[in-house]
Amino acid sequence: MKTVIRALPALAAQVAQIALFAALALPAAARAGEESYQNYDYALAPRRIAADTYVLVGRNEDFTPRNGGNIVNTAFIVTDDGVVVIDTGPSRRYGEQLRQAIARITDKPVVRVFNTHHHPDHFLGNQAFAAPTLAALPGTIDGIRRDGNAFAENLYRLSGDWMLGTEAVAPAAPVAAGTQNFGRHRLEAIADLGHTDADLVLLDTATGVLFAGDLLFHGRAPTTPHADIAHWLAALDHLERLAASGRVSLVVPGHGEVAAPAEPIRQTRHYLRWLDATLRQAADDGLDMNEVLALPLPPDIAALAVSEAEYRRSVGHLFPAIEQEALARHGGRP
Amino acid sequence: MRKTLRAAGALLLLAPWLALAAPAAKPPAAPDPLDSARWEDMRRQLFADAPVAFDARIKVSAPSMAENPLNVPITVDATALARDLPGSVREILVFADFNPIVQILRFYPGQATPFLGFRVKLQQSTPLRAAVRGDDGVWRVGGAWVNTTGGGCTAPSVGSASPEWQRRLGEVSGRLFARATDGGQGQERVRLRIVHPMDTGLVGGIPAFFIQELVLRDGQGRDLMRIEPNEPVSENPVFTVDLAGNDTRRIQVSGRDNNGNLIQAWLE
Ligand SMILES: [Zn+2]
Ligand SMILES: [Zn+2]
Repeated sequence: MKTVIRALPALAAQVAQIALFAALALPAAARAGEESYQNYDYALAPRRIAADTYVLVGRNEDFTPRNGGNIVNTAFIVTDDGVVVIDTGPSRRYGEQLRQAIARITDKPVVRVFNTHHHPDHFLGNQAFAAPTLAALPGTIDGIRRDGNAFAENLYRLSGDWMLGTEAVAPAAPVAAGTQNFGRHRLEAIADLGHTDADLVLLDTATGVLFAGDLLFHGRAPTTPHADIAHWLAALDHLERLAASGRVSLVVPGHGEVAAPAEPIRQTRHYLRWLDATLRQAADDGLDMNEVLALPLPPDIAALAVSEAEYRRSVGHLFPAIEQEALARHGGRP
Repeated sequence: MRKTLRAAGALLLLAPWLALAAPAAKPPAAPDPLDSARWEDMRRQLFADAPVAFDARIKVSAPSMAENPLNVPITVDATALARDLPGSVREILVFADFNPIVQILRFYPGQATPFLGFRVKLQQSTPLRAAVRGDDGVWRVGGAWVNTTGGGCTAPSVGSASPEWQRRLGEVSGRLFARATDGGQGQERVRLRIVHPMDTGLVGGIPAFFIQELVLRDGQGRDLMRIEPNEPVSENPVFTVDLAGNDTRRIQVSGRDNNGNLIQAWLE
């Protein structure tokens, strides 16, 4: 299942060229901020968060042509057996630059690449890695095969030329729940669901770092295009129990800063409960969808990055089914 | 789509003659507040030489960025106009300049409030407009731009791909809601959903198949509102209708689709 991202239409390409010349004509100081954008350089800077463990924290933003889709966290662990990568970013370029960033830290080969779930910012860098190293939960592999092309096209529209040459590559190796050893790092794979129908969580028992994928958001409103909120809340309970066992020192959320487990779990749970209660109340009050979209966000929700946009998208994703349920409870007799 | 274009072409040929026949003192048309390249075509095609005026008292609400082109919520509210100018709201035509099927829906508010919420399929970014005709024959127009990634009209309905809808075709679920209005008065709201694929006919091999008429009546059989949807209304359509007053106990819904299938339900 592959899709080649088409080149920009000629006119848009010309506009991009003109923009480039305009930038060259500016004084150097004014250009500095544009540099990474013009060179399609994500300026990836791995940050060491635990022994052998590095995280590349993305921006808490929406996809834009400026950030090139770098709104996601990726990570890698340098083990004696080789490098383990967790998520590959939003584009082929990101995947390639992630490889280069890894190579600046170690000359060990990448032996395993996990995709936490089938959302495009987490797997579209797969092309940069050897196919046999790619692994994901079976549901994630199916999702990438089914939706990968459409996701890549959509990201191209949102992020532009950063996406050139990006193709969806589905991992061949299914991951099962259980433990796998990479050098002295014993990784526990947990198969959960709720953000999508297959969400992989990895706990490195050697360091206590939990890679939570998009089951956790931190400082940013969660996204819900494939969410089942009841399952997601159950998954948060599982993560909380895991944290309560004392085996988790740090969590790497799918989006937002690395932190101790409590706060990302609390924030994600609070947002999802608020969203679900708000939409159910709106359906029971008989609100029309535009009235639901216009509801004000409470201050603690509004304080999360991208919350206005994510709330509106979530109304589109979730309200029709909730509304249908509310209307069907009363029904219509012929 | 093709039919619409042909009609537009015919009007285009007539246009010079109409211009000659019009009184010389006719004031120049007001500029389109939404600045759409299609507005002049829309005006000629939909209103011919009837008087047309833009009116800010007609509110069209829709998300400026619609994520799902198959399900774009639109709410039309002409209550301010009806209050200011009694008799100015008899018929409301909802249309989208850049949709392959321009005319989305027509409704006659009757005894109900001139307000309707529903969802549409949009093919591309477009103005969404409501044109309101009154007893004076004037069409008053309000609208809003909606941006979307598109594809809504040429994507097959989910329903037509599954056998589920055939068993439940025309099934109505719905509910009456007691609501307080801004003025503190009680009001009744009806929300209803009908199982129907609402196929546009623009997808290869799937003919147009859509609900053409819906009438809401009160317990005494008096007409409250008549709605005439077209193909662009979303699959399994949901309608929000407000009733003046709060003494309605039961609502009768009846209607039919373009294949003659009947819709019948009581809501309470
Ligand atoms: Zn995700
Ligand atoms: Zn994500």
